[in-house]
Amino acid sequence: MRILIKDGRVIDPENGMDAVNDVYIIAGKIVAIGAEPDSFQANHVINAKGLVVCPGLVDLSVRLREPGLEYKATLESEMRAAVAGGVTSLACPPDTDPPLDEPGLVEMLKHRAKSLNQAHVYPIGALTQGLKGERLTEMAELHDAGCVAFSQSDKLLLDTKVMMQAMQYASTFGFRVWLRPEDDSIADSGVAHDGEVATRLGLPAIPVCAETIALSKIILIAKETGAKVHLCRISSAEGVAMVRAARQQGLPITCDVAVNHIHLSEMDISFFDSNCHLIPPLRAISDRDALRAGLVDGTIGAVCSDHAPVDEDAKLVPFGESEAGSTSIELLLSLVLKWAEEINISLAVAVAKVTSEPAKILGVEAGDLSVGAAADLCIFDPDQHWRVEASILKSQGKNTPFLGMELLGKVKYTLANGIIVYED
Amino acid sequence: MNNPQLNKDGKLQHLLTTEGLPAPILLKILDTAESFVGVTQRDIKKVPLLRGKSIFNLFFESSTRTRTTFEIAAKRLSADVVNLNIAASSQSKGETMLDTVNNLSAMNADMFIVRHSQSGAAHLIARHVRPEIHVINAGDGRHAHPTQALLDMFTIRRYKHDFHNLRVAIVGDILHSRVARSQIHALTTLGVPEVRVISPKTLLPTKVERLGVHVYHDMEQGLKGVDVVLMLRLQNERMLGARLPSAEEYFKYYGLTQEKLALAKHDAIVMHPGPMNRGIEIDSAVADGKQSVILPQVTFGIAVRMAVMTILAGN
Repeated sequence: MRILIKDGRVIDPENGMDAVNDVYIIAGKIVAIGAEPDSFQANHVINAKGLVVCPGLVDLSVRLREPGLEYKATLESEMRAAVAGGVTSLACPPDTDPPLDEPGLVEMLKHRAKSLNQAHVYPIGALTQGLKGERLTEMAELHDAGCVAFSQSDKLLLDTKVMMQAMQYASTFGFRVWLRPEDDSIADSGVAHDGEVATRLGLPAIPVCAETIALSKIILIAKETGAKVHLCRISSAEGVAMVRAARQQGLPITCDVAVNHIHLSEMDISFFDSNCHLIPPLRAISDRDALRAGLVDGTIGAVCSDHAPVDEDAKLVPFGESEAGSTSIELLLSLVLKWAEEINISLAVAVAKVTSEPAKILGVEAGDLSVGAAADLCIFDPDQHWRVEASILKSQGKNTPFLGMELLGKVKYTLANGIIVYED
Repeated sequence: MNNPQLNKDGKLQHLLTTEGLPAPILLKILDTAESFVGVTQRDIKKVPLLRGKSIFNLFFESSTRTRTTFEIAAKRLSADVVNLNIAASSQSKGETMLDTVNNLSAMNADMFIVRHSQSGAAHLIARHVRPEIHVINAGDGRHAHPTQALLDMFTIRRYKHDFHNLRVAIVGDILHSRVARSQIHALTTLGVPEVRVISPKTLLPTKVERLGVHVYHDMEQGLKGVDVVLMLRLQNERMLGARLPSAEEYFKYYGLTQEKLALAKHDAIVMHPGPMNRGIEIDSAVADGKQSVILPQVTFGIAVRMAVMTILAGN
């Protein structure tokens, strides 16, 4: 299959490209950008005039809900949502049912995902068996089965010694450990940021120190063990400052932020909107601003969707009883573009945050348009508006704080391995 | 951002919280309650104002006291009252809260009085009922208990007349108290110049001063020159949650005794939403003493609830 993508503005941050160019694809690989290869005859031409052509998005946290949680969403629906959002590589956390702690489960998931022929799925394996925080998983076996990193998903290890040993074991093989920095006992049954809004609304709250205390532990253990750590979903100004200091010391620590958190704050909870019940919680406006600054200065390497489709029933209950999470994979691109526009940074820098940078964190070959790379591309119209509506979202989860809002930036085509997997 | 309690004409559609209610609306409720105090003292304690209306008490969290006062208030207005103790019925069969509400709405309810253990429950129900149905929040989690705050304001006005000259202290577990939050909003809206909260640090919510209160940890300092002392109930669970060591130590430092009350103004009034834990937050001598207006609060509570129901039904 020979595809020509014509006249698009090609933005490829990894290779420093931001210019109008033609892209040539043969047999699922990028063969050239700019100069037409000898005797190239296209089977299919995509007219990308006025559109941006960038690497397919790389999303570091997407809950596919399989195995086990199919009443919330299925692999089919969420993979369709992913490509509709321009995402061609995604990492899924291990908190499925059963959790991804056995090589067999990982293989099955990869096989299922591959057969759908859409985005590439990179499973994150469980760090401990059953995610219980007691016994280590067979990380080397899981890695062979396809896991690119190991995590506890939303459950931070309570036992410091187990955490330290798990990180040390992972470090033996050079495996990355992905941890969400939140101290379980301080967070307790909190559902909102410990601040003015939770006080007014009478919601059990999670103070910032739940994050900073956990960060402190993780950073010191990383120093001790030499483990490569990725921090999932930083949420506070103080947290960002701690990560910045640790990175300045030269520690191999990266972190990401969820796309909702670079826009929203505790104020958006308003009259108990359970679509704003998120993990970690939406914090104060000053925290949001610090997250934005951290993204600009590179302390925060990447933005992810933290996609978590939730069935309607689980949101139509009082805030504290509702299930946390938002459907966000189809909004990732638009919300990143919105952030870029609001703080006046270039499209190329913004695109890097969801392509080349997360690919580096994931440690996979993705997120760029190098010659010879798999033809994973996202072609979008930066000037087209679309309305976030339940009927438009392909995900089974319609739970987003942005429901009803108009956003800028519409994905027109998504290609994975040179195949058009989504067309608007 | 539209106020979910007010309809498009700015009139009260639901009573969910005292927060965000304009002073004229709060005062209208108090003034209407004045007329009902007379009714509750007559031989025939009934007026036909809500005859034929169906009022459903939806108590997802059990409470005999509050439910009974709402029932009495509704019956004095000649309304038909149905009491639903949800915990015992459909909820335990797995029916969602909103399904329960929808089923009851289909039985042509006019008003729901809702109590729930989760903050925001009444707001959620109000968002989902048909436009003709009014919702009264009888207490949701830690968030709000507007009718309690309103009867407290009524009581204060009865004995002290002018809100603009008062120093009011709220003593106890502010962190977990929906009564305290509702009282604070009502007091500040009605123009009370100084509202104090007196509590150990473990029982105060973060940034509570942003609600417009002065924070005291020392009760003796906090009670100096106060006109109204609002006591809060201390729940036994607080000791289990490692927030307090014992009821004894709490009583010594935060319990209202005659000695501590003497630091307030000589004509200060003492109030309590009930039920009281004698010897834990309040001394019997004070609870039964001449400065206590705790029993009148109960009487006024019925009149205030009658007022709220009447105003809602009329809008």
